[in-house]
Parts: sequence; structure tokens; C-alpha cells
Amino acid sequence: MYDNPNLERKVAQQDTKISARNVQVFYGDTHAIKDVNIEIPSRTVTAFIGPSGCGKSTFLRCLNRMNDTIDICRVEGDIDLDGENIYDKRVDPVQLRAKVGMVFQKPNPFPKSIYDNIAYGPRIHGLAKNKADLDEIVEKALRRGAIWNEVKDRLHAPGTGLSGGQQQRLCIARAVATEPEVLLMDEPCSALDPIATSQVEELIDELRDQYSVVIVTHSMQQAARVSQKTAFFHLGNLVEYGDTGQIFTNPQDSRTESYITGRIG
Amino acid sequence: MPPLWLVLIVLALGVVGYVLGRQKAMTSADGDSRHLHSLPVYYGTNVSLFVVLPALLVMVCWLIVQPILINNSVAGQIPASAIPDSGTLGLVMSDVRRVADGLDLAVSQGAMTGAEAGALQAGATDVRQLLADVGVALGSDVTETTLSAAQSFRSKSATGNLVMTVVVLALAVAGFVYSYGRTNKDFRARNVVEKVIRGILILAASIAILTTVGIVLSLVFNTIEFFKLYPAADFFFGTTWSPSFGGGSELGVLPLLWGTLYISVIALAVAVPIGLFAAIYLSEYAGPKARGIAKPLIEVLAGIPTIVYGLFALLTVGPLLVNTFGDGGALGVDWMSGASSVTTAGLVMGIMLIPFVSSLSDDIINAVPQAMRDGSFGLGATKSETVKQVVLPAALPGIVGAILLAASRAIGETMIVVLGAGAAARLSMNPLEAMTTVTAKIVSQLTGDADFASPEALVAFALGMTLFVMTLGLNVLALYIVRKYREQYE
Repeated sequence: MYDNPNLERKVAQQDTKISARNVQVFYGDTHAIKDVNIEIPSRTVTAFIGPSGCGKSTFLRCLNRMNDTIDICRVEGDIDLDGENIYDKRVDPVQLRAKVGMVFQKPNPFPKSIYDNIAYGPRIHGLAKNKADLDEIVEKALRRGAIWNEVKDRLHAPGTGLSGGQQQRLCIARAVATEPEVLLMDEPCSALDPIATSQVEELIDELRDQYSVVIVTHSMQQAARVSQKTAFFHLGNLVEYGDTGQIFTNPQDSRTESYITGRIG
Repeated sequence: MPPLWLVLIVLALGVVGYVLGRQKAMTSADGDSRHLHSLPVYYGTNVSLFVVLPALLVMVCWLIVQPILINNSVAGQIPASAIPDSGTLGLVMSDVRRVADGLDLAVSQGAMTGAEAGALQAGATDVRQLLADVGVALGSDVTETTLSAAQSFRSKSATGNLVMTVVVLALAVAGFVYSYGRTNKDFRARNVVEKVIRGILILAASIAILTTVGIVLSLVFNTIEFFKLYPAADFFFGTTWSPSFGGGSELGVLPLLWGTLYISVIALAVAVPIGLFAAIYLSEYAGPKARGIAKPLIEVLAGIPTIVYGLFALLTVGPLLVNTFGDGGALGVDWMSGASSVTTAGLVMGIMLIPFVSSLSDDIINAVPQAMRDGSFGLGATKSETVKQVVLPAALPGIVGAILLAASRAIGETMIVVLGAGAAARLSMNPLEAMTTVTAKIVSQLTGDADFASPEALVAFALGMTLFVMTLGLNVLALYIVRKYREQYE
């Protein structure tokens, strides 16, 4: 078999961050996720696409055990983060979520000041030695969230007073402030206008050199713009997973092709 | 005609109006309801509303105003000489009404005819005996003045009632003619009915508001009366409360206010932590099953009458406290002599307030968007961190509102205090001593044979006014806080 030396080098660079094997999710009696296997590489943007109700958000929420907060939800199978099963009994979901941060569909800043919004995570996890340290963490996170210049003069104004796009970047900065290794984003731009969307997309692209980013999106253009890997979900199944370019130009599965050309979904 | 019959006739006319109005509309649309502007039912309703409402409104007003007018005009007939020195015009007038009622009764029982009743002479007939025969006992013989006033009272009432009957029926018929005449297939009956319904709703709302105003006014006038008899400075700054109906009472409000506030503070100290923690458990930690059982159980507490809480204080909590803090008690101290104390009432009142705090806070905490909690969990916060740092701050204005509402309940509470805290008005820091509150003293000043012209009885209104102002202030503050911080989260 002919080995592509180029491909070889890429895989060696990108070690697997998260790997899921035979994951099943049930909501009560509903079988929401069926037998999903996926390997998510580190320092990459991975996009989950698929029609509404296909389970992509549900699967995303499995990755930091946010589904634990829903009573009727049951997860089976193994999900490994850096080779350790996150559904192991010894794993504390609270600590896991500090490592796997999450940004939600609707911007949800806390009813606190901008500063306190960012400082929330570092304070809980004791990341700052003193006030100066905390100030530095907050500034770094806000810069990373590409919002520092807009809010540096009003750090103590309420975070809810920002515009929608600013709020979402604030939430990304808030997630970044706890120094996670993986950042999960659940349709982060669906409540934003095109300008705010492009700002957030730029930001996602910058975040790639430090974090593994997994993003759920309904916009295929967005998936094509920001991601290197794309997974297509349909009716709870992971239909196809591969390099973004290949999924969009040369899909292997007929369902993927129908979806990206707009025939289903 | 008795008012009840009049009402029934008007209502019957209304029903007839409904049927006729509906019929006319249908006829004008050639029997096809699709040609009508509104549904047939609206045409009927429109006619019957116009028949019933104006007639009944006028009737109600008439029934209120007529007795006042007749009273005044008859009172004017009574010469000043006929009023005995010790009595007042009001007493003579009540005699007059009594005689008039007695004559009515005599006529209706057939003891005499209406004409005979009008022609009675006090000198010629023993009116007192006559009325006693039909079951109306009078305190003294009927004088000529009283009798003639009573006769004039009767004839004026009879005229008034007759005129009222005519006016009301005329209005009903006029309403029918007007609205029936308007009814045809293009008439917008639906819009008219809508307007009438809006009017009825506005009326209901204004009655509630006007009643509040009326209550305040009745308090204000009596309070002013009180301050004419008793210096305001002594009332507000006096530190002794010792009313005596013989005169020379000291009516300082401070001991009562102190008791009220002390008991309320203890009650809130019990109710706020327990209620709030219960609310947090119910809304954040409890599963749907536990919540479904626990929440109604807690709310049962709110349905217990306060007098039952009072009994609980008197029979259970008080003796328990005495057994602990009293002479020969469990702690071996002698701090408490009787079962009635500030602590007894405060504890029991606190228990009473738990469901207020917990139920309101629970609703408010539930109203905090799930997105806030998700955001916090997503950052790796635990449940209690999330509650403490995100949910409670977001819900705080509502919780403060709930606490202030509970506080105004505590200030206004009476029965628990009467049974649990004792009746001694005193200024003391000792929570194990008996004290009393403003409300309990209002009750004791107004029960029994109180002379409403004395400061000892009128002080109750001043106390009531003080309470009203305090609770109003608290409620306004609660509303202000809730409004000001309400939109903290979207």
C-alpha cells in the first residue's frame, strides 16, 4: 500500500484529543445517539453539521458531561479525553468541565460585571494567587476573546449591557479564562448578525493554535470556513467524518452529499 | 314594589330583550348568520345589556342615596326642643326609624291599613302597645313629634320607592327600545359588547381601589379626631402605654412599636433562612418527585389559620421554652417566668412565614434562566457554587421582595401575638419577656364597651394608621427593589 508521506506527517502532528467509541445516548425511551465512533484531534477546529434534531448538540454535550444535568438522559459507551475515560466513576464531572469548556447557542453572560464574568471561573478553580494575578488573567482572556479593546474602559459595567456579538465573545473569553484544553461551541453564532458572526469566526480560527475546538453549526458555509475536520450527523448516526475539504467537495455517503447540496435537512 | 321583584323583572326583560334582539338580527339577515356583522349571540347580548345595566345601576345608586336624603329631610322637621338634653339627634332619628319600621310591619301583618297608619295620633292611640303587639318593642312612649316624623318618613319612603320603580322600569324599556332599534345586520354588536365588557372590568378594578381609599379615609378621620384629644408628640414619643378608661391614660406608641419590631425580627430570623434554603432545595436539588411531594406540604403551612398557630404557641412552644429557660428547666437558669414571650410569638410567627418566603423565592429562583446555570456548570462550577454566585444574585431582587412581603405580614399579625406574646406593653431587650404589639393593642382597645369619643378608643385608629403607613412603606420599598433590579438578566 502506498503511503502518502504528506498525510503521515499531518497525523503525527495531530495526536488524538478526544476519542469516542460506541457512544449511545438515550433520552428516556428515545435513542438519540446511535453507536457513534469519532476521533477528535487536538489543535484543530472540528465541525459537527447535520439537520435539526440529528443529535449533534446532544453528542457535543456528552463531551463535557453536560448531559449529567438532565435527569432522563443516559449515556453508554466510552469517551476518552487524552486516553482517560471521562465517564469513569472516578472522574469528577465538575473538574472535567473546567478542562472542557463550553460556549452556548445564546450568549449567557451572568448578571455581573464584565470583570466578574471573566473572573468567575478562575476564582472558582483558584487559578489566581492575588488580585494582580486575577487582573492579568482577565485581561489575557478578554484579549484572547478579541473584545478587550471594546470593554477595557468599562470592566465594571454589567456584562448584560453589551451587544449580542460582544456578549458572545465575552462568553468565549469567559470559557477561555479557565484555561481549558478543549472548547465546545454549540451553534455560537446562531443568535448573531453577520458582522458579529465573522468576528467570532476569526476568533475561533485564532483559538485553534491553543485549543481543540468542536463547533456545532447549522451553517455549512461556516463549517467550511472555520473547520479542518467535519462530521455529518443524521438521525442520531455519525454518517461521515473526515477532512472538511473532502466532505464538502467529495462526500463518500449519498446522505452527506444530499445534505450539503441542500436536498435534505 | 320590593327591590328584589324589581330586579327580577328587569332581568326577565333582559332575557326577553336577548331573544328579540337575536331574532331581529337574524330576520334582517334573511335567516343566514353569515350575512351578519357579528355572531347572533352578540346582538342578543347587546340588547339585554342595554336593558339590564343602566336600570340596575340607577337602582343601586337610588337605594344608597334615598335613605340618606329622607333621613336628612325628616331630621330637619324635628324641632330642637324635641331633643332631650342627654340625647342627640341621632338617637331621636333612630327612634323615628324604629317607629316607621314598626308601622310598616303592622301594616304588612294586617293590624291596620296603610291609611290608618298615616292618620294615627299619639294622644289618641297607644302606639307603643300597638307596635309591641306586632313584635316591635320600644324603649319609651311615642311622642307626637316622633310619631309625625315617622309618618312623614314612611310617606316619603313610599313615594321614593314608587318613583324608583317607575324610573328603573322606564330605563329598562328605554334601553330596550334604543338597542333594539339599532339592531340590524350591519350593526357592529360585537364591538359594542366588547366596550361594555371593558367597562365592567374597569368598574371592578376601580371598586377595589376605591375601597382601599375608603379604608384609609375612615382611618384618617378617626386619627385626626384622636390627635385633637391627645397630643401627637406624646403618642409618637411616649414610652409608657397605660390606657385607663377613667382618664389620665398614657398612650405612648413606642413600647408597642418596639414589641412589633422585635417579634417581627425574630420571626424573619426564623423564616428567611429556613424558607430560602427550602426554596433552594426545592428548585435546584430536588427531583421532580420530591418536589411534587414537598412543595404542597410546605404550602399547607400557609393554609393554617393564624389562631391555630396561636394555640400552638400557647400550648406547645411556650411551655417548651419555659421548660428550657425557666426555673428548674433543662439549662438550670431562671430567665423565663411565663410561657408568653417575644421568642414564643417570634418562633411561631417565623414558622407561619416559612411558606411565604419559600414559595415566592422558589418561583423566583425557577424564573432564573437555565442558560445561567448551564453557563456556570460549563465553566466547571459545582451546584452550590452556581447557586451562590449566579442563581441567587440573579434572583436577589425578587427574594428581597418576598422577604419584605413576609415582613409586612409579620408586622400585621395579631392572633399569634395575642396568644403567644402576652399583653404587657414594655420596652425591654430581653427576648424571653412578655411584650405586646400594635395589632394586639388595637384589638384590646376596641373590644368591649368602648366609648368612641374617648382617646382610649380612638387611639386604636391612630395605631392602625401607624401600622398602615409602616406596611405600605415596606410594600412600596419591596416593589421599588423588585422593579429596579428586575431586568438584570434577559
